[in-house]
Amino acid sequence: MSNPQSPPPAGRPSLVLVGHGMVGQRYLEALAERGATATHAITVLCEEPRPAYDRVHLTSYFSGTSAEDLSMTPAGFMAEHGIELHLGDPAVAVDREARTVTSRSGRVVPYDVLVLATGSYPFVPPVPGKDSPGCFVYRTVEDLLAIEEYAKDRATGAVVGGGLLGLEAAGALQGLGLATRIVEFAPRLMPAQVDDGGGAALLRTIESMGLTVHTGVGTQEVLADAPDGSVTGMRLSDGSTLATDLVVFSAGVRPRDQLARDCGLEVGERGGIAVDTRCRTSDPHVYAIGECALASDGRVYGLVAPGYEMAETAADDLLGREREFTGADLSTKLKLLGVDVASFGDAHGATEGSLDVVYSDSRAGVYKKLVVAPDGRLLGGILVGDADSYGLLRPLTGSVPPAAPEQLVLPAGIGAPAALGPASLPDDAIICSCHNVTKKAIAACATLPEVKKCTKAGTGCGGCVKVIGQLLPPPAEKGLCACFAYTRAELYEIVRTLRLTSYDQLLDSHGREAARGTDGCEVCKPAVGSIIASLAPTIGASGYVLAGEQAALQDTNDHFLANLQRNGSYSVVPRIPGGEITPDKLIVIGEVARDFGLYTKITGGQRIDLFGARVDQLPQIWSRLVEAGFESGHAYGKALRTVKSCVGQTWCRYGVQDSVRMAIDLELRYRGLRAPHKLKSAVSGCTRECAEAQSKDFGVIATANGWNLYVGGNGGATPRHADLLAQDLSDAELVRLIDRFLMFYIRTADRLERTSAWLERLEGGLEHLRDVVVHDSLGLCAELEALMADHVAGYRDEWAETLDDPDRLRRFVSFVNAPGAPDPTVKFVPEREQVKPDLAVLQISPSPSLEPLGGTR
Amino acid sequence: MTVELRVAEGWLTVCELEALIPGRGVAALLPDGSQAAVFIDRQGRPYAISNRDPFTGAQVLSRGLIGCAEGRPFVASPLLKQRFDLSSGRCLDDDGVAVRTYPVRTAATS
Ligand code: SRM
Ligand SMILES: Cc1cc2nc3c(=O)[nH]c(=O)nc-3n(C[C@H](O)[C@H](O)[C@H](O)COP(=O)(O)OP(=O)(O)OC[C@H]3O[C@@H](n4cnc5c(N)ncnc54)[C@H](O)[C@@H]3O)c2cc1C
Ligand code: SF4
Ligand code: FES
Repeated sequence: MSNPQSPPPAGRPSLVLVGHGMVGQRYLEALAERGATATHAITVLCEEPRPAYDRVHLTSYFSGTSAEDLSMTPAGFMAEHGIELHLGDPAVAVDREARTVTSRSGRVVPYDVLVLATGSYPFVPPVPGKDSPGCFVYRTVEDLLAIEEYAKDRATGAVVGGGLLGLEAAGALQGLGLATRIVEFAPRLMPAQVDDGGGAALLRTIESMGLTVHTGVGTQEVLADAPDGSVTGMRLSDGSTLATDLVVFSAGVRPRDQLARDCGLEVGERGGIAVDTRCRTSDPHVYAIGECALASDGRVYGLVAPGYEMAETAADDLLGREREFTGADLSTKLKLLGVDVASFGDAHGATEGSLDVVYSDSRAGVYKKLVVAPDGRLLGGILVGDADSYGLLRPLTGSVPPAAPEQLVLPAGIGAPAALGPASLPDDAIICSCHNVTKKAIAACATLPEVKKCTKAGTGCGGCVKVIGQLLPPPAEKGLCACFAYTRAELYEIVRTLRLTSYDQLLDSHGREAARGTDGCEVCKPAVGSIIASLAPTIGASGYVLAGEQAALQDTNDHFLANLQRNGSYSVVPRIPGGEITPDKLIVIGEVARDFGLYTKITGGQRIDLFGARVDQLPQIWSRLVEAGFESGHAYGKALRTVKSCVGQTWCRYGVQDSVRMAIDLELRYRGLRAPHKLKSAVSGCTRECAEAQSKDFGVIATANGWNLYVGGNGGATPRHADLLAQDLSDAELVRLIDRFLMFYIRTADRLERTSAWLERLEGGLEHLRDVVVHDSLGLCAELEALMADHVAGYRDEWAETLDDPDRLRRFVSFVNAPGAPDPTVKFVPEREQVKPDLAVLQISPSPSLEPLGGTR
Repeated sequence: MTVELRVAEGWLTVCELEALIPGRGVAALLPDGSQAAVFIDRQGRPYAISNRDPFTGAQVLSRGLIGCAEGRPFVASPLLKQRFDLSSGRCLDDDGVAVRTYPVRTAATS
């Protein structure tokens, strides 16, 4: 044979992947994560002219997403993992005896392991005229490009098939400006997902968008009567004809199993490469994954999530690790043409004796059906037009819901409200998906620490902690912690009125009996430290956080005036008020980062974070920064973080006030202010709100007459839009009102309670707040302003002060008995031309996420 | 007064007692290259445990806050906040985990 033969792999087993689609790429990533890209020589044959992309979001191409945006293959991925990728070169034959794959270009690649991930192809019904110019399918970027090109000077289009993909294609054609029809053989749209009622609701909504729908008719012929033989219309099964310039076939997909058939692998009766629970085909050297595979439960899965699970399974199996794919849930929630559609469980009521509960409002295009067993268990359902309850209904499947089914389908506001919340979830509902912990296991515990200890729930990404909190019994009493029976607000008053400047003093006089004289705990120490710091100038304590006993109260971040990172190194964030910075200062930051080898990143707070400093380097780094005029950014403290700004009136054609100046003024005024939680702010120069002020604890938006002040906003895990507190304020009025607001918050909020949660909890809410800080209903305002004046007068930069004091500097060493020695476990490895922590020296594998919410920031 | 820690080679002087702030710790480098976290509590009693946080592998326990649970002092890791009993090294939040402890004493400076 004269075909070029790739050189035999040098010792490493060779793996050939045929098909680089969504599942193929996931498989490669699974191999990389498991280190198998290093131990195997991998070749990928890809039919399409581009590497794997996000087929699920194909349609978004028409709304402006570029083909590059859709890519799922990280730049450099193939090179980094030594994978050979051949674009536009499909496999045409497999020789299982010789264990080689031949590609269209004539490449012959030997394999030890072959993985087929060839996906599926759109089924085109065998009607006359189906191959005429103007006929298309809808599967690849190339299909889209061709449709777009052809549609340029045409006016009408038709889609054959009213299923999920057909509706997507129809939406796309309409988006291209074509008058669009949908022709569906079944009596309703989306026949596989919804029933007649759902189809009717869908039909109404889709027709109201200006599309024409023909159901219950088949396509008999594509008419191609144009002089050049291109499409002019369609003849339907009811004998009627309709005119159209373009036809898109979307009548279902079929697994691409030809390659497998040709080499004698077992395939299913209705197609699909047969695989076992480990995704192996009838030849143990060959795997099949994704849409081309017929899973062990006799199904071909046309969704991407099951395909991903197969990819993980096959990757584990390659490494001899136990894992099985035995089938997947077909529940889906989609947004098609702007309509929410969800179906779950036994949506069509196939279970014997099952009963339906249906709510339908065709005016609003809403249809909801629940399928219930005679014993009341929820079996499944269909939601069209309003699928908000999908998230709670799906986990309820298989159990008797807490409310009558008819209540569950009624829209909010009609009839009795359905008691749906975490409490209503069944015992076996998975609450923590990181560690697969059920509601039952959580309910067996009394406190969050107990939950974490017994079940590990909440110790992964932390995303479930909120729901766990709602499942636990409310704390018996309100005290701050095991040491104090008082709340933070009460402790604040005690410290303020008794002028207590020491934690030990407070613990011994006001702590719980058992806690007096002890070492306290890690909860109340920083909280009390923060109260003393907020009040320092007023009660006569030192405002410096590392002074005397104060030093022992601070979390490590405050103690070292920097943010602790996962490998024990620290990050450094100099303050950049309002986000405004001179080129010279930028250069200093760059030089410092370069000289100390720090990873550099622009933060979400309009400033620059320098990562990877050893504790003993912090003073050296800061002496350079302080010399250049930088101050601490308090990125480590429960304190003012940043006041973001937009460029505002000075440059922006829309700006009505100087938002940058105001942001700088506010940031400098409140810098260093210790609070129950971090404080963030922003100032926008006009109502376009480029600085996102309404997501901040206090946000300011310019008006033609002054400033509007918004309070209680929050980004983060539980976003909250800020409330408008007062309008059209002058500079002085604005500052005075913020002074009062902040001091009232600091005085009355709980530990780690952001202004958003505080405002939600405050009795009387915004109105009460306005009474207190605007109308002075409690007669507190003069005092609040005086407290802030004390703070402003007492402010000193913590880093400048630290550098001035040799005693304090002595703490910045890695080892007390070897002050000059660096910590050998703080090491770095290269990453994208910078560095990242070397976790290998810590002798522990990286855990996916170790950042419980309510952390140290 | 100095703080001393017993290692394989015998008692090792780590630092002057004044270098320790009650309620806070320091790290010490040991002859075998491992690291210890040394603390004193409010009463001035010294403790020493391994500096390595077993949950993350980072050498940071010396930088945690000390507290007291049921009369026994503990340190809370500054990274993910698990607490370790200072006398036994046992993790109070995960029965399966413990860190090593070192005998420690204060000695008059000669
Ligand atoms: C560095 C930065 C990410 C970045 O690379 O951009 C960052 C990094 C961290 N954020 Fe953040 N946040 C950063 C901007 C934000 C923003 C955006 C903003 O400020 O405009 C938000 C949403 C806005 C908000 O807070 O309302 C944000 C919401 C959070 C939250 C959730 C707060 C909430 O109320 O839900 C936490 C967790 C917490 O505070 O309890 C958090 C906590 C953290 C911590 C401290 C995690 C921890 O507890 O250890 C991360 C510290 C890394 C370190 O040690 O340096 N970070 N974080 C950003 C620093 C901004 C700065 O210049 O100071
Ligand atoms: C418009 C659209 C919307 C969708 N929406 C959703 C959705 O909302 N949710 C959902 O779960 N799923 C959706 N899907 C389905 C989802 O895209 C597929 O389940 C998924 O892409 C399957 O991945 P795969 O890797 O198995 O197949 P594919 O992504 O199709 O990849 C297979 C690849 O193999 C190549 N190939 C075939 N034969 C050969 C050969 N002989 N040699 C080399 N290469 C070959 C093909 O060219 C293709 O690139 C949608 C699909 C489309 C088209
Ligand atoms: S918020 Fe208004 S003034 Fe500021 S940059 Fe945006 S458009 Fe310009
Ligand atoms: S979902 Fe529970 S920790 Fe991630």
